[in-house]
Amino acid sequence: MSNGLEIRWHGRGGQGAKTAALLLADVAFQTGAFVQGFPEYGPERMGAPITAYNRISYKPIRVHSNIYTPDMVMVVDETLLESVDVTAGLKKDGAIIINSERSKEEILPYLKGYQGSVYVIDARAISQQTLGKNFPNSPMLAAAVAVSGVMEREAFLKEMRASYAHKFAKKPEVIEGNMKALEMTWDALSEELKDAEKLIA
Amino acid sequence: MAKKDRMSGNEAVAYAIRQINPDVMPAFPITPSTEIPQMVSTYIANGEIDTEFIPVESEHSSMSAAIGAEAAGARSLTATSSCGLALMWEELLVAASNRMPVALALVNRTLSGPININCDHTDGMGARDTGWIQIYAENNQEAYDNFIQAYPIAEHKDVHLPIMICQDGFITSHAVENITLLEDEQVREFVGTYEPEEYLLNPGKPMALGPYSISAYAMEARKNQEIAMENAKGVILEVADKFRALSGRGFGLFEEYRTEDADFIMLIMGSAAGTAKQAVDDLRKKGKKVGVLKLRVFRPFPATEIAKALSGCKAVAIMDRCESYNGNGGPLGSEVMAGLYREKIVIEAVNYIYGLAGRDFTVDHVYEIFEELEKAVGEGKTVEQFRYIGLRE
Repeated sequence: MSNGLEIRWHGRGGQGAKTAALLLADVAFQTGAFVQGFPEYGPERMGAPITAYNRISYKPIRVHSNIYTPDMVMVVDETLLESVDVTAGLKKDGAIIINSERSKEEILPYLKGYQGSVYVIDARAISQQTLGKNFPNSPMLAAAVAVSGVMEREAFLKEMRASYAHKFAKKPEVIEGNMKALEMTWDALSEELKDAEKLIA
Repeated sequence: MAKKDRMSGNEAVAYAIRQINPDVMPAFPITPSTEIPQMVSTYIANGEIDTEFIPVESEHSSMSAAIGAEAAGARSLTATSSCGLALMWEELLVAASNRMPVALALVNRTLSGPININCDHTDGMGARDTGWIQIYAENNQEAYDNFIQAYPIAEHKDVHLPIMICQDGFITSHAVENITLLEDEQVREFVGTYEPEEYLLNPGKPMALGPYSISAYAMEARKNQEIAMENAKGVILEVADKFRALSGRGFGLFEEYRTEDADFIMLIMGSAAGTAKQAVDDLRKKGKKVGVLKLRVFRPFPATEIAKALSGCKAVAIMDRCESYNGNGGPLGSEVMAGLYREKIVIEAVNYIYGLAGRDFTVDHVYEIFEELEKAVGEGKTVEQFRYIGLRE
């Protein structure tokens, strides 16, 4: 991996895939890694498919192009499965994480026989339960960190509490809900991830 | 103490502006540079700096107000992109010819049409003959470092010219990357207080600014402006030396990356230079003698220095992120080739147009170009000297 860990996010404008990518860059930065987090803009409108990217490496990152052979793909909006080739270029030993209330078996037919790890997280349900609204960002971020192995659980939660305290200084009532969303997501994945290898080398 | 952080290119420039605390910032928003005035106005609202922010009704007005502020003796700046810079065109020449050291954060974006918000260098290149110094950045760190060096260059008594600090729209402006920041006091000491020798609001020394000049004198004014631009080259290097002493990060007019023994060199500017360096490292592992010449300072144009740096190679790929529509090549291609001719250096030179309107430029493109150069020289056949890379089939 000359460019370290490469991640591609698929979402729709307004859902926060770009924000999630920038938050992941923040988290990885705290571990001392070199990071990139950037969006690819098409027409700027709510609901249009958007892509965002992360590079995370222990060596300086110089490449400034999009990512075509990611190690990990994050699908924030499952309706994209029908219109976007989300596994395009995804490495065989990589992983894809999809936000869906459906089971993994129901999702697999959309993944064109992808051989790597597939994780399904019901970010909407977690978000509704913890925040009372559909903000899939926090659950997707937790899933990205857990699956990639960028940070351990406790360190991640500590880091995010500090980050939310700063970000939500003017509405502290949402901090606990977001923290709960991170924990629930992480714990929902922990069984599946028990024997999985970290994606980040 | 240097501080390690991560931020986007726009944040990095806004942060540098906060540290400099200039006197006046008129601005009109345009993607992808909008965040810069937005963040600076937040710093002002929070009381962190006392810059006078002027929300204006157009970019023609933002540049006019920046010129007015400079004429009065204040340190001014603005930020823009694309059509915003185009709308300033008339005022860009006024700023330069009146020798106003305005700083402009240019976040490079293409111009219409088809209408598009993404990166290429059409805006900056369109202003290449307006008399502004232009410095380009590979990444967020360089956008920050270049901005801190902007005023010491522009306000130098042998220069007194406006300066554009350019970075690639979205590719660096909206990308979060690692960065090392200087302390506020270090920056303020480095940039210093602006003390113009002459200015309009100085009752002790009345002066006229921007008056009509008859033909018997106007040409000499232009020549003086040209001399100032030539002087800028030395001043840019002096300021870079001082900046290296402060930060440990060195800069020249351009950077030579693994070119020492290179047979094939890619000459490139902006964020794509990083991609080219990665590709060069990959190819070096395979035994290919390749290198990158990353141009940092486009105005003044270091033609002789570039020609000499290329004199040892067999072929150069000159990369333009801009189309000139002259049927002959891009701006960099034309100027580099003119420089080679003047120095009587005869090497194969191919001018590529890449990355227009945000078309992605990848390490694979760099591999492909070096392969073409190698073939052109190895098989000794005539190659098409002006071509596109990354076009859809």
